[in-house]
Amino acid sequence: MRYLPLTEDDRARMLATIGVKSVDDLYVDVPQAARLKGLVDLPKAQGELAVERRMRALAEKNTPAGRTAFFLGAGAYRHHVPASVDHLIQRGEFLTSYTPYQPEIAQGTLQALYEFQTQVAELLGCEIANASMYDGSTACAEAALMAARATKRKRVIVSGGVHPHYIEATRTLCEAQGVEIVALAPAVDGEAEVMKHLDDTVAGVLVQSPNVFGTVTDLTPISDAAHAKGALLVATFTEAVSFGMVEPPGAMGADIVAGEGQSIGNSLNFGGPYVGLFATREKLVRSMPGRVAGETVDADGKRGFVLTLSTREQHIRREKATSNICTNAGLCTLAFTIHMTLLGQRGLSQLAELNHETACALADALAGVKGVELLTPRFFNEFAVRLPKGAQGVVDKLAGQNIVAGVAYSRLREGMDDVLIVAATETNTEDDIAKFAAALKGAL
Amino acid sequence: MKYTEEHEWVRMDGDVAVVGISAYAAEQLGDVVYVELPAIGAKVVKGKDMAVVESAKAASDVYAPISGEIVAVNDALGSAPETVNAGAEAGGWFVKIKPSNAGEMDALMDAGAYKTFVEGL
Amino acid sequence: MSDQTTTGSRGLLQAEALIFEIEGAKHTGVDLPTPKGGKDRLGGLKRKSAPALPGLSEPETVRHYTRLSQRNYAIDLGLFPLGSCTMKHNPRLNERAARFEGFADLHPLQPESMTQGALELMDDLAHWLLELTGLPAVALSPKAGAHGEFCGMLAIKAALEARGEGATRTRVLVPESAHGTNPATAVQCGFTVDEVPGNAQGRVDLAALEAKLGPDVAAVMLTNPNTLGLFEGDVKKIADLVHGAGGYFYCDGANFNAIVGRVRPGDLGVDAMHINLHKTFSTPHGGGGPGAGPTVLSEALAAYAPPPLIVKKGDGRAMEEHRRPGAVGRLCAFHGQMGMFTRAMTYMLSHGSDGLRQVAEDAVLNANYIRARLKPHFSAPFGDGPCMHEALLDDTSIKAHGVETIDIAKALIDEGFHPMTTYFPLVVHGAMLIEPTETESKREIDRFCDAMIALAERARSGDAAFFKAAPKFAPSRRLDETRAARQPKLRWRADAEAAVKKAAE
Repeated sequence: MRYLPLTEDDRARMLATIGVKSVDDLYVDVPQAARLKGLVDLPKAQGELAVERRMRALAEKNTPAGRTAFFLGAGAYRHHVPASVDHLIQRGEFLTSYTPYQPEIAQGTLQALYEFQTQVAELLGCEIANASMYDGSTACAEAALMAARATKRKRVIVSGGVHPHYIEATRTLCEAQGVEIVALAPAVDGEAEVMKHLDDTVAGVLVQSPNVFGTVTDLTPISDAAHAKGALLVATFTEAVSFGMVEPPGAMGADIVAGEGQSIGNSLNFGGPYVGLFATREKLVRSMPGRVAGETVDADGKRGFVLTLSTREQHIRREKATSNICTNAGLCTLAFTIHMTLLGQRGLSQLAELNHETACALADALAGVKGVELLTPRFFNEFAVRLPKGAQGVVDKLAGQNIVAGVAYSRLREGMDDVLIVAATETNTEDDIAKFAAALKGAL
Repeated sequence: MKYTEEHEWVRMDGDVAVVGISAYAAEQLGDVVYVELPAIGAKVVKGKDMAVVESAKAASDVYAPISGEIVAVNDALGSAPETVNAGAEAGGWFVKIKPSNAGEMDALMDAGAYKTFVEGL
Repeated sequence: MSDQTTTGSRGLLQAEALIFEIEGAKHTGVDLPTPKGGKDRLGGLKRKSAPALPGLSEPETVRHYTRLSQRNYAIDLGLFPLGSCTMKHNPRLNERAARFEGFADLHPLQPESMTQGALELMDDLAHWLLELTGLPAVALSPKAGAHGEFCGMLAIKAALEARGEGATRTRVLVPESAHGTNPATAVQCGFTVDEVPGNAQGRVDLAALEAKLGPDVAAVMLTNPNTLGLFEGDVKKIADLVHGAGGYFYCDGANFNAIVGRVRPGDLGVDAMHINLHKTFSTPHGGGGPGAGPTVLSEALAAYAPPPLIVKKGDGRAMEEHRRPGAVGRLCAFHGQMGMFTRAMTYMLSHGSDGLRQVAEDAVLNANYIRARLKPHFSAPFGDGPCMHEALLDDTSIKAHGVETIDIAKALIDEGFHPMTTYFPLVVHGAMLIEPTETESKREIDRFCDAMIALAERARSGDAAFFKAAPKFAPSRRLDETRAARQPKLRWRADAEAAVKKAAE
């Protein structure tokens, strides 16, 4: 077997050194009744060729986004990732390394994390950021919980513009610890609605900008109102490229900004693995979940990096930890960092503008179809339209024409059956847009 | 100066009790990097959580040796946590408590008894 | 050190600054079409101040990260004997399969007609996990092991609530030797933690556990094999006792590598167990992630699995995305770590039922061999019977000479090895937990043992100074973790002085 280096000869010699007759003797502590006599009922070992054939056959039963006219976002976005990103992350020293608990032999990972943390803080307009969480939805959930922890209050008001999957994930985490989630009704442009629910029992208000309907919002008034009541402003997002052109939540007074970084460096991958970005104010750092890299010096006085503030984490603080989280997004985090370095501020800004232009062209084309109403007043690369028919039916119909026409809001959360959410990125062409508009016209 | 089995010390300074962790505890902990102190005005109960003292790799709960109200905290520890290592039983004090139950200190160990206790660990 | 170079590089090991420190890093390594420009529709919310993000050309970027990579130890380089981490070889076929267009360029919300291959793969993976564990249901969405623990414990909570005992059964029994995620997860679910001591054989003290059972117990969380690398022989008895007392049995599956294909957790009475795909099933550790923690569930808990669930629909499959009544709520957006499913499936197909059984046996053989070779030189607590896939040693035999576990660890770095797990489990003072995995050759293992033996002899010769100076040959000398925690500096700042002033405000 190609992955098992021990030979029969090795095994025999090793058993002799240990002083037992067979490997069965090493399993002596397993209760007899639990010992499997034979093999489990699964296929036996296969060579690379056979395995590759099987995996390829499964892959080919899917229709890759790139082979369609693709206009779907709603939490994951199709961007072009430069070839060198994927090559660099496959270097064995990155791919097969571990969490940098022995910093002397992990400076590669640690320096990259320090660069990542700085990039994320800059991108989101915040003071500091951690070394990433699993994804945007769990980062959002942890941010809401952090607000409760920092204010010692037990209610979080969630706007009707937050991605429904994010609302659910936040509810699951927060309610398990007795933090109440008040989720407002879905609203295309209603982030400010949270202000009406502020009182001194509220730990934080959770809003999204750009929100699930694509709406970008000025969070400054919400931030002021929340702070006046001793609450925190938590802002989430799903499209990291937005902040190449849109004012980030950290610059509008958000205390914790937590969302999805997949757009930078990472493919769609049918939903994961992605990369959760998490940023906050310096003064809240000890409440922050997740690992974080910090600067220090070594025995020769040379600068180096280590994981730090570890006493917040589960392996030390155990039942009093800020979170049970043990991993970060690792390789996905590195992919983000490398792609961001390739882009730089100029490239990111350019990329953002291309996205916005394409979305504007899409909005014009779709709004030009009779019966279609553009709902989102201010958007970056995603927006919602109201259709004269059920949106899910339209999506299904266009799928048959190899067009991925966004997502019906009602698939994510009950209600708004006639609302369709669509996105455009730099990967969409004018032809794609024309095709979509024509098909939509035909379907209505 | 009196000591608890959890390695806290208490001494009276007028009618206020000064509290910290013993030199032995500080040595066991290693370099202190952070101390989480209660707020002024907080009520503490003998034997219950009062503060947390952290090294790079460990966090230890510090319990109130006597019950009462926090009237002062050692702000200097925020910028200089190493003070705990340099003078755990002097400059490295954590809080000052206005005791609510005068008799509680009697049950604690004096320096000699504490020394014996530590040797037995 | 007196032999400095002008560049700070040392031969192949290149000095490399932070991207923020590179002069004139205002380039772009991506050629994008020029935007047309024109009026935006941001409603006045255009970004006011540009983010300070350096940009480098492609050659510079490749060189920067290649240089960083050379400062990392990795499985591809050598043995990574970290206990309970299962640092096995990461097959590259996994990487090839995960990158097929049909998997990589697939959006989680694409219409079902376009994603049947992905759904079939997830269903196949589920089938393999159920066969291997002997449990009937699985939640695939947890994004990591700790997330899977959360999922399993929430399923237990949901089951208790369905029985009307959610408010009364709030205590969870956790061995003292448990990994920190276990008590952290229990608290995250709203439970309280009650620690159970171990016995002289390094196992859970059965009598102590039984005494702690009561009508307020929700569950026991056990790791089996446990964190000392030993099989909990009483596991079935414990399961029966806990079930009899009305509680559930959560099993931390981190150490599944020792028993995969030889023992099924379902046969031991387990109600929920997370499986670390990045441990037992070889998906890469990537410098700290991503992981994946699908969680298998017993008949008693199956109804409480969180959405989404894969269901049969006509000739194909569909994703049921809404929460069933009383079930655990959605844990995260979308469906889980598909990228890790493809890699794990590739691994499983490659090994098959026979290969996986061999994996467990070789993992256990390697660990016992290491312990047999090192026992004469290091103290091996609980070393009378066999261990499972990891060997536990401690520094009792060398402490008298002024050398501790951390010193052995740092000296091992100079010998070209990543240190083993140190100071865990907490119940053993100066613990050294060594897990070689099955993908180490006897040659590599002997090399490791030879180095450890030499270090033990050096320690006993009284050369403590040698150890305190280690590591000497690593890309970095020993780093000051105290300083990093006392003066947290978590990002680069343009104006360091201004930052210091601001922090003092």
